[in-house]
Amino acid sequence: MSSNPQLSTNGQLQHLLTTEGLPAPILLNILDTAESFVGVTERDVKKVPLLRGKSIFNLFFEPSTRTRTTFEIAAKRLSADVVNLNIAASSQSKGETLLDTVNNLSAMHADMFVVRHAQSGAAHLIARHVRPEIHVINAGDGRHAHPTQGLLDVFTIRRYKPDFRALRVAIVGDILHSRVARSQIHALTTLGVPEVRVIAPKTLLPAKVERLGVRVYHNMTKGLKDVDVLMMLRLQNERMLSARLPSTEEYFKYYGLTQEKLSLARQDAIVLHPGPMNRGVEIDSTVADGGQSVILPQVTFGIAVRMAVMSILAGN
Amino acid sequence: MQLPDAEEILIRLTESMRRDISPSTALVGIHTGGVWLAERLLENLQLPLSFGTLDVSFYRDDFARIGLHPQVRPSDIPFTVEGSHIILVDDVLYTGRTIRAAINELFDYGRPASVRLATLIDRGGRELPIAAQHVGAVLDVPSDKMLALEKSPGGTLSLSLYSKNRDDE
Repeated sequence: MSSNPQLSTNGQLQHLLTTEGLPAPILLNILDTAESFVGVTERDVKKVPLLRGKSIFNLFFEPSTRTRTTFEIAAKRLSADVVNLNIAASSQSKGETLLDTVNNLSAMHADMFVVRHAQSGAAHLIARHVRPEIHVINAGDGRHAHPTQGLLDVFTIRRYKPDFRALRVAIVGDILHSRVARSQIHALTTLGVPEVRVIAPKTLLPAKVERLGVRVYHNMTKGLKDVDVLMMLRLQNERMLSARLPSTEEYFKYYGLTQEKLSLARQDAIVLHPGPMNRGVEIDSTVADGGQSVILPQVTFGIAVRMAVMSILAGN
Repeated sequence: MQLPDAEEILIRLTESMRRDISPSTALVGIHTGGVWLAERLLENLQLPLSFGTLDVSFYRDDFARIGLHPQVRPSDIPFTVEGSHIILVDDVLYTGRTIRAAINELFDYGRPASVRLATLIDRGGRELPIAAQHVGAVLDVPSDKMLALEKSPGGTLSLSLYSKNRDDE
């Protein structure tokens, strides 16, 4: 029935690889389930017994302390057993292939893999390869997708701005290298946000970005006018293969979010950032720590969203 | 099969519960029918009792078989569970599995002084050693049928019978 590799033949979510092509009811089910987990994470006992006895393997082929930790906390709060593998520093350096690594861990009765990899498509490859009862979550693959980040961002937006049909959202920064931006754009457009803008210099925009259903701006003054939500992206220094920018100082001058630029948006606009922040590069400290910033709530909600994704997958 | 009037049973249940209630009692409704029922009990009792709601989806014992409930609502326990006298409220008591899950969830909020159970209908068929202290009515329901509480737009409660096969209600 479905050619989407994330969905089973009866349309249930089997893997979470990208927000692209996921129907709105599935996205909404994840967001609604996450609402219930927010309450759990605020209790004294921040744990439910849902995934007792399940083994979740965090396969991080690319270093990331923060994302790995949030997945680890989410799994532990569901009572799953979590194993963290920092593969950049293990078997792969001895020459083992990706699928051999996965086969070995499957033989240890893994129930779920959370995969971060520098190559776009790595999580898809694993999802196609594993037995049907094993679920795969993409925790970031190359420039392609980072679906749980995109989902936690729309969850955060919904908490502050529940009516998506009336929203103007601007995504600002290094769209070219950003898997986060792609996952945000697909989630926002599927959920009916009528206007998604991207604001970036030409050198940091992918070719034909308009095809994703966004309006392109190269200038903050025009791009931020009447915006309800600003989603800042990190300037990905480690991904800059060649010099696409004259300097980070110049980038800050034109695209860094200052209080002054923020005042161009709507008065009640909120500011998101996926972290880690480069203060003074893409965002000024007064904005990052200011009253319109929802950057720390994003981190808190990220746990609940990941708990929702894991429990929906494990039950399907 | 002729079903009794839920509103009449509600009056009987209210009177049964009135004798058991002190100012430190808290009512906790189990989603969804139990919440409707608990709201009406609170209204009928006319006492300023603490009130909460539970959605037991994260504590159910059939997750491995049927997965997560497609519509989980947030649990809301806005009072201190530690040391409180709680009356759990559910619409239909059947296998007892929902109540088991509710008690487990409640204990993750704290250690209550006591937990009692009120139900509109006891339809028998228990699979766990669970009993209700307050029962509106006992009803014999065929095991292939599902009995559920419904609420009209005007707020009136009524009982309905379904042929749907659900083994935990």
